[in-house]
Amino acid sequence: MSMLDVRNVTKQFGSLVAVDGVSMQVAAGELRAIIGPNGAGKTTFFNMISGFFAPTAGDIVFDGTTVTKLAVTERVAMGMARTFQITEIFPELTVRENIRVGVESALGLRQKFWLTAAHKAQVNRGIDEALTLTNLTASADRYVGELSHGDQRAAEIATALTLKPRLLLLDEPTAGMGEHETFAVANLIRRLHRNSAYTIVLIEHDMRVVFNLADKITVLGEGKMLAEGTPAEIAANPVVQAAYLGSAE
Amino acid sequence: MNTATTTTTVPMSTTPARPWLTGVIIWALLLSAPIWLPMLGGYTALAGRVLVLGLAAMSFNLLLGFTGVMSFGHAAYFGLGAYGAGLTLKYLAASTPLAILGGVLLGGGLGTLFGLLISQRRGVYFAMVTVAFGQIAFYITYSWDSLTGGYDGLRGFARAPLNLGFTTIDITNNSTAFYYFLLIVFGVVTGLQALLLASPFGRTLVAIRENERRARFLGIPIERHIWMSFSISCCFTALAGAMYALLNNFADPMGLHYSLSGEIVIMTVMGGMRAFWGPLIGAALFVVLQDYISSMTVNWMSFVGMIFVLVVLFFPRGLLGMLQRGVGK
Repeated sequence: MSMLDVRNVTKQFGSLVAVDGVSMQVAAGELRAIIGPNGAGKTTFFNMISGFFAPTAGDIVFDGTTVTKLAVTERVAMGMARTFQITEIFPELTVRENIRVGVESALGLRQKFWLTAAHKAQVNRGIDEALTLTNLTASADRYVGELSHGDQRAAEIATALTLKPRLLLLDEPTAGMGEHETFAVANLIRRLHRNSAYTIVLIEHDMRVVFNLADKITVLGEGKMLAEGTPAEIAANPVVQAAYLGSAE
Repeated sequence: MNTATTTTTVPMSTTPARPWLTGVIIWALLLSAPIWLPMLGGYTALAGRVLVLGLAAMSFNLLLGFTGVMSFGHAAYFGLGAYGAGLTLKYLAASTPLAILGGVLLGGGLGTLFGLLISQRRGVYFAMVTVAFGQIAFYITYSWDSLTGGYDGLRGFARAPLNLGFTTIDITNNSTAFYYFLLIVFGVVTGLQALLLASPFGRTLVAIRENERRARFLGIPIERHIWMSFSISCCFTALAGAMYALLNNFADPMGLHYSLSGEIVIMTVMGGMRAFWGPLIGAALFVVLQDYISSMTVNWMSFVGMIFVLVVLFFPRGLLGMLQRGVGK
């Protein structure tokens, strides 16, 4: 059974059909990339999966449960986490405190007025784990707002990882980054996928990242699905080449 | 693109180098106020006013400074707390603790109910409905002559001596004794606030202040937490209002007026809304300015306004935020 099963979803904003009947199945442990030209509906598609807004039509099934109409917080509780195209973090808190908020939320402690010693130890373990996974241990006590763009992104991914998500959604994880930072974030995603078997769906513009990381690629264009397949299949697909390079006619 | 241009957020760290130092200085000053204040030409009731308004501003700041939500109607809960205490003393029981409880129940209770209605709203809309509710509460209090005394305010009650079982403390005539009673209540409430802010719940509130979207995508139900924060803030503000009624043996409708709501905001921002003790410093400055300048001119508020503008322009972190940063360097 697939971890994520998107069935024929459509999103209409007034007369604009942003996403038009797209389906996608992602297996557990898979790394799926969604690509497409600007305005293809990638982020809209993502927003429906993560619960930012509901689709006009169609269904989203997450690990066997239909989540189409569930709120963001309910999907998070089921194990869905995401990051954003423009990094969303707590800028005036340190990296450690950013991650702490996630760990305490994931452990169901966010409403507590005090913690037992056992809970404190559990929280600290969770923080250290996320720091280690994302190589942020050295900057743990710096304010996130002071970090480089790449490290801010890593911190955002770290807070998402505290939820121990069964599905991790990354919206353009390398957007606006230089060579070096892109490489670092791509490596982080590769580690999460290869070593920790996370199921990841990402939107990405950098084709080197996409073709190096993805197990399968879904191509969107003008709200419709143009193609789906392995990186090799997609690279050879004439429809995709036309969408990216302009048709020969 | 290089990293310098892509790092868009400038952090405003407010953690001072020695966080306990401010608290120690403030407590030393508060504990010894009845000794040094008269030497400077002040009087103990002035210190009482600082404590009460400081408590109200610190309670308000749980919402503004630590949850990132702006209420422009907090005087309503302060005033309702005062009336709750006054009405309890006048009609129900001659007991100071019960009067405080009555104030918290009235102001905090109505705040909690109202918070349930508005926790979906944000920003300007949230601020506007809080003003509206404040004015509704003000006009009801103002018009309900038979119960509240209307424009003249509620009179005919007095704080009762504290009966501790083994002994009775006279806080009715002895202003120093009452000041220390106020200080104990102030200490308990600010202690609770400090614990709350250091708890996972407090961190959740700060997370909402910092980035609502990120908080929501970490599974935090934003509306419920804003409601809880609003409710807690209203209860503490109402408690401050109850103490105000006990301080003056009087409750008046101006205690619910939006001008006091504005003054609470001014105290908080002037003192420093990211600093725990900031609102108390702001309240102290406000009360002292009010006392000294109002004896010289009726336009004292324009001086406070000028100082407020200067503080906001030159010390955006507020007075305490600026001081703590200076010492921390």
